[in-house]
Amino acid sequence: MKKNLGILGLLVAVCVVTAFLSGSFLSAYNVENVLRRSALFGILSIGVGFVIITGGIDLSLGSVVCLVGCALPWLLTVQLWPLPLALLAVAAVSLGIGLFHGLLITKLRIQPFIVTLCGLLLYRGIARGFTADQTVGFGNEFKTLRLLATGKVPFLPGFELPAPLIFLALVAILAAIFLNRTIFGRYLLALGRNPQAATYSGIPTQRMTILAYVISSGLAGLGGVLFVLDVNSAQPVDFGNFYELYAIAAAVLGGCSLRGGEGSVVGILIGAALMQVLRNMITLVTTRNNVEFAIIGAVILLGVVADELARRIAARRRAAHVLETAGVR
Amino acid sequence: MAKPLLEARRVSKSFAGVRALKEVSLTVYPGEVLAVVGENGAGKSTLMKILAGVQSPDSGELLVEDVVRTIGSVQEALSLGIALIHQELNLAETLDVGANIFLGREPHCCGWVDAGRISKEARLVLERVGLKVDPSTLVGDLTIGQQQLVEIAKALSVDARVLIMDEPTSSLSDHETKVLLSLIRELRGRGVGIVYISHRLGEVGGLADRVEVLRDGENAGSLLGNEISHGAMVQLMVGRELSQFYPHQSHQTGEVVLEVRGLRTRANPGQAVDFQLRAGEVVGMAGLVGAGRSELLEALFGVVPALQGSVRVSGELVSPRSPRAAMDAGIALVPEDRKHQGLFLEMGVRENLSIATLHKEQAGGFLNRTKEKALCEEMIPSMRIKTAGVDQPVQFLSGGNQQKVVIGKWLATRPSVFLLDEPTRGVDIGAKQEIYRLMEELAAKGAAVLFVSSDLEEILGMSDRVLVLHEGRLSGELHRSELSEEAVMRLATGEQTEAAAI
Repeated sequence: MKKNLGILGLLVAVCVVTAFLSGSFLSAYNVENVLRRSALFGILSIGVGFVIITGGIDLSLGSVVCLVGCALPWLLTVQLWPLPLALLAVAAVSLGIGLFHGLLITKLRIQPFIVTLCGLLLYRGIARGFTADQTVGFGNEFKTLRLLATGKVPFLPGFELPAPLIFLALVAILAAIFLNRTIFGRYLLALGRNPQAATYSGIPTQRMTILAYVISSGLAGLGGVLFVLDVNSAQPVDFGNFYELYAIAAAVLGGCSLRGGEGSVVGILIGAALMQVLRNMITLVTTRNNVEFAIIGAVILLGVVADELARRIAARRRAAHVLETAGVR
Repeated sequence: MAKPLLEARRVSKSFAGVRALKEVSLTVYPGEVLAVVGENGAGKSTLMKILAGVQSPDSGELLVEDVVRTIGSVQEALSLGIALIHQELNLAETLDVGANIFLGREPHCCGWVDAGRISKEARLVLERVGLKVDPSTLVGDLTIGQQQLVEIAKALSVDARVLIMDEPTSSLSDHETKVLLSLIRELRGRGVGIVYISHRLGEVGGLADRVEVLRDGENAGSLLGNEISHGAMVQLMVGRELSQFYPHQSHQTGEVVLEVRGLRTRANPGQAVDFQLRAGEVVGMAGLVGAGRSELLEALFGVVPALQGSVRVSGELVSPRSPRAAMDAGIALVPEDRKHQGLFLEMGVRENLSIATLHKEQAGGFLNRTKEKALCEEMIPSMRIKTAGVDQPVQFLSGGNQQKVVIGKWLATRPSVFLLDEPTRGVDIGAKQEIYRLMEELAAKGAAVLFVSSDLEEILGMSDRVLVLHEGRLSGELHRSELSEEAVMRLATGEQTEAAAI
């Protein structure tokens, strides 16, 4: 919890600064918009968080978003599949991708970076292939289905919660319970801390690793469905572009160590929100959207450097304390 | 005798407060093979590292040709003509043979490496060590034995006057060993002083002109010419008193709990191992480093499943294909490397203690926090684990308390076969005794306890029975009445094969 306070402080600070600089930041419309984007990216970030906790990485999820985001409208409007079958198909594809990654990583011992980098290229290529690079969308149909992403739930007078937030809440609660209250969550954390000791402790390390990649791709698939329902159409060339990097950045900002074994769902949520507030701030405050990447990159670097410095100071204090007590003895 | 090439006078060295060497002296003369022998941990490797500039001594002095020198680095040692061939290979596997031989001192011309000269000179030294490979072969593509010869070629190429070899034959085939031994004789004939460390006493007997024996980091004695015999070396290596330190009691042994037949490990596929453990028995497993003891335990625990053979626990055939399968069969392993294999250093005492029993205490996949807490409340006081709290990360505990956490996590699984690999390594005296007490208690409760140790005293002090491994083979079994350090060492060094070794 203490770890999350720093990043929460940063989030609040960025919000306050933006509110000062732009009057429209706190308008109901903008807040709903930021919450919707945060919710969608939060789902992706939680997924990749599981993989990062095991000490791995998933670079493919932007392309999974693209594949699923293109496949769903394509199946429904071009192939005219019934809705349940189409949803089942995209779910199976995204979970299957995770299984595929997990098997390559555990059984063939290929590095996660390589496996998912190839995935990044592969799935986008497939999406561009079956759509022939044409935009696919729902047009004026599936209005009810689209409410899953575009709908609003009354919350306060004059303020409604965007529907994806409900999905995020569900995913986050389940993920937090899984990570903190089940033996599998404990296994994942232990595996990330020390894979060798995990093996010697009888933890089914391969199955746990595969599970993490299935969760990551599965949530990327859910994210892909919600993203395409939200914007109504998907362009295979750039739909979901860089989403894996936003998700990884959010997880790292939220306290996941790329060395594995560390991370909390709450931290990841705050990280994901921070990313979206930053993007929103750039749109509202500057007239130059082209500096977006530079600003986001700088803020993430700042956050990670500050975290590392804080950690070193804490370690030094602890070492001094140990020396002191040893000296007294 | 001629003027000594290299001399160490009263050299001492400590690591983290533990004395590795106590006023050890050693002299190397030109044109002789000086063998340095001793048990594991006697200080041989430390002494060699000091001579070669890898480490510097805390006190004492080094003389090169009667001049006092500080040998601060490997580079300095090399410039004085002293080369060390490491026990662990120190080669860059992704570079070729020639590049490795000249690593760090490549012949060059204004920054450009002179590849032609490397190739030519490498060929010459490779020929001398009898290694028929092209200098452009990648080191990673060579066998371990060939890599060892590359190391030796590397030392030869600097024209060393003192050549220190730490277990050079441990990974060589018979033929490669013969080539190396004749090379050593040739070098001796040309006036090179050779310091030769080996566990293979047979080999030492046939090669050495002089033997220096180390014991517990001190000079234990030296043997010259005709005095060199297997028996005389063993006597000097182990000659010390057994203290009254061990809480060993003889046990009522019961049924056979573990029966191993024809077990072949991946490390030693050529040797099939058979043995039994009975309930209430503490069995020690002795052998030198590399004898395959840890590999045997890891095979039994399913970390690296055995290639062949049957394992029965209480008469029932089990197949330890994974640690989980071994755990389900009632086997537990306290691994050799506590920090890397035994613990999650950044995690708390509670999480470390419960990790092996979580799957038994779950309720539909959920953690049973009450049971987890109860486990800590039972283990921490009963094992006297000194910790600031249940959530104290184990990295802040002392070595002994860390080891107690590892043992505690396996006690919680209530195993019938308890395997321990070097259970007291890096542990202080007090914790050592508590670990011995725990082993005794386990046996008294009817478990079969098998522990591997490189500490002969501990093996003698704690075992009802000792199994000795030599190069993967079970070279003998000694009952408590037959136990002596000499008897164990004789089996561990493979004495019966002494005549055949050279």
